[in-house]
Order: sequence, then C-alpha cells, then structure tokens
Amino acid sequence: MFVYIVRRLLQTCLVLAVTSLLVFGGLFVVGDPVEVLVSPDADAIEKDRSRAAMGLDKPLYAQYGIFVSKAVTGDLGKSFVFGRPALEVIIERMPATLELALVAMIISIVVGIPLGLYAGLKPDSLPAKAIMAISIVGFSLPTFWVGLLLIMLFAVQLGWLPASGRGPVTEFLGIHLSIWHWDGLKHALLPALNLALFKLSLIIRLTRAQVRENILLDYIKFARAKGLPRSRVLGVHLLKNILIPLVTVIGLELGSVIAFAIVTESVFAWPGMGKLVIDSIFQLDRPVVVAYLMITVLMFIVINLCIDILYSILDPRVRLDGNKI
Amino acid sequence: MIAFSISRFGSGPIGKFRRATAATCASIALALGTAGLSTQVNAQELTLALSTPITSLDPHFHNLSPNNALARHFFQALISTDEFQNMIPALAESWRSIDPTTWEIKIRKGVKFHDGSPFTADDVVATYKRAPNVPNSPASFALFVRAISETKVVDSHTIIFKTAKPHPLLLRELGAVMILPKAIAETAKTEDFNSGKAVIGTGPFKYADYKSGDRVLMTRNDGYWGPKPAWAKVQQRMITNSAARVAALLAGDVQLIENVPTADAEKLRTDNNLRLGDVVSNRLIYLHMDTGREKNSPFIRTKDGKPMEANPLRDVRVRKAISMALNRDAIVDRVMEKLAVPAGQLLPEQFFGTSKRLKPEKFDPEGAKKLLAEAGYPNGFQITLHAPNNRYVNDEKIAQAVAQFLTRIGIDTKLETMPSAIFFTRGTKLEFSFLLAGWASETGDTSSPLRALLGTFDPAQGMGSANRGRFSDPGLDAMVTTAITQVDDTKRGMLLAAASEKAVSLLGLIPVHYEVSVWGMRKNVTYKARADQYTLAQEVRVSK
Repeated sequence: MFVYIVRRLLQTCLVLAVTSLLVFGGLFVVGDPVEVLVSPDADAIEKDRSRAAMGLDKPLYAQYGIFVSKAVTGDLGKSFVFGRPALEVIIERMPATLELALVAMIISIVVGIPLGLYAGLKPDSLPAKAIMAISIVGFSLPTFWVGLLLIMLFAVQLGWLPASGRGPVTEFLGIHLSIWHWDGLKHALLPALNLALFKLSLIIRLTRAQVRENILLDYIKFARAKGLPRSRVLGVHLLKNILIPLVTVIGLELGSVIAFAIVTESVFAWPGMGKLVIDSIFQLDRPVVVAYLMITVLMFIVINLCIDILYSILDPRVRLDGNKI
Repeated sequence: MIAFSISRFGSGPIGKFRRATAATCASIALALGTAGLSTQVNAQELTLALSTPITSLDPHFHNLSPNNALARHFFQALISTDEFQNMIPALAESWRSIDPTTWEIKIRKGVKFHDGSPFTADDVVATYKRAPNVPNSPASFALFVRAISETKVVDSHTIIFKTAKPHPLLLRELGAVMILPKAIAETAKTEDFNSGKAVIGTGPFKYADYKSGDRVLMTRNDGYWGPKPAWAKVQQRMITNSAARVAALLAGDVQLIENVPTADAEKLRTDNNLRLGDVVSNRLIYLHMDTGREKNSPFIRTKDGKPMEANPLRDVRVRKAISMALNRDAIVDRVMEKLAVPAGQLLPEQFFGTSKRLKPEKFDPEGAKKLLAEAGYPNGFQITLHAPNNRYVNDEKIAQAVAQFLTRIGIDTKLETMPSAIFFTRGTKLEFSFLLAGWASETGDTSSPLRALLGTFDPAQGMGSANRGRFSDPGLDAMVTTAITQVDDTKRGMLLAAASEKAVSLLGLIPVHYEVSVWGMRKNVTYKARADQYTLAQEVRVSK
C-alpha cells in the first residue's frame, strides 16, 4: 500500500508538470494579455510598462523557468488581473464552490439511492416507471436551461427563493460557509438542485441497474433462503455490493461538480471558482488558469486515490499492491 | 483529462451559451409572464447588479471601466463629468489656464476624507506621485499624469500645473485619477484597499464590505460635501450572466441592472413593474480597412480566389462603395433591436468635437456597384472580414450582416469571428485586411478616436495606437495635432469638428453605429442613463 501511494504521488508530479507546460504554451499561442488588460487608449510606453510588470517581456522559456522555480516553493505567481497571488485568489473562491458541490452531492445521494433501489426492486410498478422517465429528462436537459427555468419558477413567479447570489457567510466550528444559516441555505438550494439534477439521474439509473443485476445472484438467494429479514438482505448484503461501482462514480462526479460547475455558477451568479476561471481565460490571466488547472488535476488524483482505498475497504478481494498496479 | 478540460473551457461554446441563455431567458419570461410579483423594498437600501466583475478596490491599480465606476463611489477626482462627459467641478472648485502650458487650480475648501482629515493640495500632489507607480498594475494611470512637467503648491488650496507642451486635455485626464489622503497615498498597497482598510476618500459612500467576484457593500457618507445620496446602504452585486441579471431584476432581488441584453429589452419595456433608461453611448462600432499595405494584403483575393497583388482598399472609391453598401438602418433595427444609432462620424452629435454636418451614409447598393466599377473592380473581389464574438453587443451578428451587404455589391465577403483576446492580439500584429471593432472615447471628445484610430502610426507621439488599418494622411495628422494643442475650448471644438469631417470624407474607417447603453430598473427607482456607461449609486433616485 505504501509503495503504491508513493508511486501515485510521483505520477502526480509528472502530470502537474505536463499540465503547466500545456497551459503555458496554449495561452501563449492564444493571445497577448497586454492587448486585453490595457485600455485601448494607452500608448506604447504604457503597454511596455504593463508587459514588464507582468513579466511578459521575457522569452517564453524564461517565463516558464521562473514559474517552475517559484512553483516548487509553492508560489504559483501573481494574477495579472488581481495583482494578488493566484493561489490565494482561487482558494478564496473555493469554499463557495465546495459548499455548492457538497449540497448538490448530498441531494443526489440522499434522493438518488433510495429512488434507484425502489426502481430496481419493483421495476414494473408505475412509480418506478415514472422515476425512470424523470431521470431521462434530468439527464438530457441542458443545465443552463433548467437553471433559468428554476429561477423563473421559484424566484420570479412564486418568489419563494432568491434568484441568484450567495447568502451571508457565517462561522460554525471554525469553518466559514453560507449554508450554516437559513438565508444562505435558501440561496444555495436552487443552484444546488440545478447542479444535482444530472448526478441524481445518473445515480438513480446506476443504482437501479446494479440492483437488477445483483438481485438475481446466488448470494441474495442464499441470504433469503437462510431466512434473513428483508431489510437486512437489502440494507447489508445488497447495498454493500452495489456500492462499489457507485462509489467510483460518485467520487468522480464530485470531482467534476467541483471543477466544472461553471454553467450553474454563472447562471446563479455564484461566486465560485468556475466563474473565476472563465473570466480568467477570457482575460488571459495565465497564473490563475495554471493554478486552477493544477489544483483541479491534484484534486482528481486525490479523489481517485481515496476511491482506490475505499474499494479495498468495501471489497477485501481488492488489494493495493505496489507490484501489480 | 487536460485536453478535456481545456476544450470544455473553450470560449466558442461559452459565447454561444451566453447568447443562448439570453434568448432563452427572454422566451421563458414571455412564456411565464411576470405578473404577481411581490417586492419588498426598504426605502433606504439599494441593491444593484453590475455586469462585469471588479478586479480591485485600489483606484489606481487597473484602469478598467468597472473599477473606475466603483471608485467613483468612494473617491473623487479634481473634476467629474456629467452624463455626456462634459466636465463639472468636483474637488477642484475652479480652474483657469494662465498661459497655454500653465494651469491654476483652486481646490474646494471644507472637504473632509472619510477618516475626518481635511482635504488639501498636499493630498493631490501625493496622489499624483502614487498613481503611475502602483506595483504589478496591468493597466496603470500613468498616462493621465504624464503630461505634468512641474507641480507648484501655491497655498493649501491652490495648485499650479505646468506641461511641457500646450495640453488642453490635462483636466480631463486628471479627472480619471481619484484623490487619496496623503498618508494613504504614500504607504498603502493594493492589498490594503482590497481589505477595505485604505478605502478612504471624499466620495458620497464609505466602504462596508467587499467579496471578490461577488459584491461590494457601502454606506452613506453623512459628512459628504455635495448633495447627499438617497440611500443609506448600497449593495453592488456582480452578475455577469445577462440572463441571470434580468432574472434578478424580475424577481425583485435587485432594483437596478446595467447592460440589459438587446434580446430582453423589449420584454422589460412592456413590463408594468419595470422601466428602462437608455442613452446613446460614446462607443462607435466601425470597420477598419488595410490601407497601409500597397500590395498583397493577406485576406484579399480576386473573384476566382487567386492571390491579388493590388490592394483595392487603398482606393477611396472602394471604401466609399463599402460604406454605401451598408444598410445601417436595417442593422440597427433587426440586429440591434433598435438599441443603437446609425453612425455618420466618430461620436454622436451630443459629444464635444463632432460636426453637425455629418450624417450617416445613405444605403445605395446600385451607386456602390457603379463606384466599384469606376475604381476598376466591376466584378468585385473576395475579402475576409474579421470580428470579435464576445466584446461588443451582438458583434458577431453585425459582422454577418455587413458580410451579406458587401456580397450583394459583388465583394464576396467571408467572415471569421473569434474571442476578443485572440482578435486584438492578431489585429495589433496587422494580420487582417478588414476588421470590425469598437471604440469608446474615454475623453468624451473626438480627439481620442482621431488620434488612436486614424493618426499615422507613431508610438513616440502617441498617434495611431489602435490604427489597425495603418491609415495615414499627413493633412489630417496636422489638423489633429493643431486641434489638440488649442487651449481655447470653442476653437478646439471647431478644429476637431473640421478634422472629423476630413476623416470621414477620407474614410480611414467606416462608421457603422453607436451602441446604446441600457439600464433596467424597478418602478420605484430612477437612473439617468450615462454615456460613459458607469452605474453610480449616488445618481440613483427614489421615484414616487
């Protein structure tokens, strides 16, 4: 297990290096930040000053060299636009994205697994068919459209929930989030629901498929033949076995919810990382884009590692063996 | 994974997404109607939504419209401008030019900063020392104070500025630099402003809170020397998605929004709970042509697609034909949903230095064909028009319309659009033959487009900085140079008007239209729309 984790960490460093190189090269080809950031009225003297202030007057390889030498000490450079450390700009927005992702994942798990179980156990009943039909709709409707529809219905028509934005941030157990407060929760509900809809549908369909497959297997028949109560057969034997693929998918989806909540964040004016990175790309704010992608890559790798470890706990046959993987 | 994330962030789909959301929002609003709204509004509190994020609270860090607009709540400059960018006194009570290179400024007495310290001439001097030297500034304020060659403090409320050359624009330029107390100007870093510690000015509002990318809170400055704002508390939220901004207004979450998308304007206008305020802006949308290269312009081909040696755009008759081929009324009516004004010169007539004689070119495709034939291109030629797709209101659609109008007179026009970050980088490298762009005159007069867009390219003189067609006419350059050194306002206005007339007759660029800026508001507030596109809470009034 230890060897395995060390090897994974080494791979991580390689991936991070490649990511940064690609972003550097990519944004260099795309355009010149000075053209975007400096007011068009500015003359050549001002443009040169700006270029020097951002370190863009040096050749690309020199810029990358400076970046790498600072990056190993944990300094990912200063944002061109904000003039503050890029990492700080991103981390400041992170809690907003994380809490949104968390609420969305909770909604999709708490609602999705029971509905999926039901649909799998009674596939021919009317409610099960309704659940499946709705999950197809949730799967296929574009996020921004659903988002706007939610706003129009709950905020504009009914006036129950605020149309957009994040509620006031309060502290609880040393963590500053907006969802500790009822007002904040009200703000988070619509965007979280919007974000959850796709995951919810995915979890329902996955759970149902797993239940349909497992329910016919011998171990279930054996458990029932032993005379175990139905709740124990479903809650322990069945659930534990169908959880393995679910954990993989939920883990990866958590990653993608955090990294790609861009559409929901912009429709609901949620001040998270997704909105930041889109603005940064348009403004060619390279330090922020690089830092964001590095954080994203790191996050995916860590989530994958956690999933692998969780596997070995859920299924004793899986071993994290340094020699095999 | 990496390739995936980059393609997912690609600007093309997002641009489409943005337009699609605006359209969807409009149709949903129509479908659901907006009746039965309940709004609870506290008479002393104002919440408004901005369309672009603010990048810093430091008034000298980044010369960017949203930052500058926000700074005008906390801080003030020596002069201010009204809704048509005419100068009005602010911290300067009066000014006069002693001779063409010397300005005497009397500053206002009895003004106090938010921390209670009195405002004096020393604060002005310290501010002008800081403004050009903010570390890491992506776009600094250096160009606004560069003309000053010498500063003399006569007494605590009189300053004399000297310039190396006659420089009538000095006061306008100083109007862009917000005054800080001396102690803050000398020590504060950009971080101190973002944390709110150093946000101490003389403006009508005081700092309360700032969440980057989310909102700015401010409270009324009860010690303000001018007319007190109607609002005790103001919340400025940043809602960049236009559909979300409209929804927030419809839901009553905010009372005022800026940049109403053209697709939604008509629906909002007919809503009984809302009203719109619009004004023609200082932004001109124009076509720029490669008149610099004598031959082999990169995107011009003969009718059958072979490389073309001669550059037809150097012939003024061809440029005139292009201008005549455009049906500006149709573009304004259909593409812009009437939220634009057909343009016949560099700025709308209400602005300084414009000519009353210049009207938009008449739509005349037959005449255009005749002119083309006269110029030696009876069959036309092929050309590619380049345009940004996320910079100006409906930029891509305007370019499509232009391409169709030109194809109609025999100039087969292909269209290539791209995000502005790429567009401006390539345009500045002169990679295009024919491009569509926009220009907002920050000085509020025609000197800015005349110098930047039409002046012969000369970085040392600050001429032609955005002249991406490399148009050059020594006669026009001479007229502009004379005009901008003329200190007398009336004479300068006449000289600039004459230069505008000459520029339009030479067709160094082809004006298309002026954008109209639109604010949407609930019925209980009013806002007088501003040509500089600033949203200023102190100008928002309660409506009975």
